[in-house]
Amino acid sequence: MCGVSLPRILQAPMTKLNCFLLGLFLMASPAVLASEEAHSADEHAAEAHVHAAEHSDEHAANATEEKEAFNPAEVIMHHIADSHGWHLFDWNDHPVSIPLPVILFTEKGLVVFSSSEFDHDQEGTHVVEAGGQRFVNIHEKIYYASDVANDHGVFAEMDHETHEVANATPWDISITKNVAALLFSAVVILLLFLPAARSYKKNPNAAPKGVAGFVEPLVVFVRDDIAKNNIGPHYKRFVPMLLTIFFFIWINNLLGLVPFFPGGANVTGNIAVTMVLAIVTFVVTNVNGNKHYWGHIFWMPGLPVAVKPLLAIVEFVGIFTKPFSLMIRLFANITAGHIVVLSLVSLVFIFETVWVSPASVLLTLFISVLELLVAALQAYIFTLLTALYIGAAMHEEHH
Amino acid sequence: MTGSIAALGAGLAVIGVGIGIGLIGGGAMEAIARNPEATGKIQTNMIIAAALVEGAGLFGIVVALLGN
Repeated sequence: MCGVSLPRILQAPMTKLNCFLLGLFLMASPAVLASEEAHSADEHAAEAHVHAAEHSDEHAANATEEKEAFNPAEVIMHHIADSHGWHLFDWNDHPVSIPLPVILFTEKGLVVFSSSEFDHDQEGTHVVEAGGQRFVNIHEKIYYASDVANDHGVFAEMDHETHEVANATPWDISITKNVAALLFSAVVILLLFLPAARSYKKNPNAAPKGVAGFVEPLVVFVRDDIAKNNIGPHYKRFVPMLLTIFFFIWINNLLGLVPFFPGGANVTGNIAVTMVLAIVTFVVTNVNGNKHYWGHIFWMPGLPVAVKPLLAIVEFVGIFTKPFSLMIRLFANITAGHIVVLSLVSLVFIFETVWVSPASVLLTLFISVLELLVAALQAYIFTLLTALYIGAAMHEEHH
Repeated sequence: MTGSIAALGAGLAVIGVGIGIGLIGGGAMEAIARNPEATGKIQTNMIIAAALVEGAGLFGIVVALLGN
């Protein structure tokens, strides 16, 4: 029954054992991280106590300097945002990351260097000289460096209150973390579908086996329930695009939930990515609009003539708000989900005790499972609405 | 008073979403009670409508984040 397919899809691959293993894994990793951090925080506290009791004020001052307050908002925003290097973990307080190429289109042409030259600096204190020009990295935005550092050691003109940087920026077309993750998910999608397509070509009349068998119900679901029901007679032209949108969004959502490399990059939560998807929908819908579609927008039939120009304005704005809402819906859902998961994990760091971890881990597990549903649902909604808009644009009038 | 107006705005937006999804869920429950055979179809449509209402609420969250 095709109407029941959506819940079935979610039930089919997840056996009870898979659920248990997934839950165990989700519980294990934050718990391990949490216990390590909690122990080091406790050790610092114990040291601070001993030093303050035995020695003079300077030791007490040193001890309070060691314990920086944990700022959850900053940490969460840092995990959501894009970055020029792919940070993997911290080893002995030293960050370990994969350096990605920084590609800048400057006034003097293309400049390429490795992001490791910034030496993990995000405050603009470390200047990189490349291609005859000097650059700094302030909060993962690359600026042309000023010649002299200001009072805080930053090689840029920063407003003291708002922390806005006045320096010019080159065109930044680097391979950032999101771009690298996009390329990785593209490889995953190709690995999933090219073998399937090949097996269909080789044995057109046999039952599908392997990857093709895994993928076929989903493809048939998109083709029949999403494309055929909503677009009408010419639906076959649009099925490849709808399939691409569906699997691109779903796989990137899922990879964003994986906490370790090569997952964990917030691709679909990047508004530039969702904007491009929405632009694709916008272009395809309006290029395929027929006379009835444009007629309904600018001169809606069945209304008094006085109202028609007003409605024309409303409908014209509606052409843009529909893809815009697609963009915002996907971006906000995925980003909000990541923020919630990160906030729950941060609970342990805020309270600085390992005894919060059962509550934190259980809540994180629950929200992560909900996020799995949201990953599939948002892909389905985006694809369904795209198909609906295309169908509305190509709808033939039959009065 | 601590916090910001943006956070207040986001909270107000969520009130609307909560009411909306509650109404959708309630309508779905009633419909299933009247016709248990159609549970699958009703459930699917409920999820779709809930996602759309949530999308509208998230507009509010996004504006709150922008304004902060």
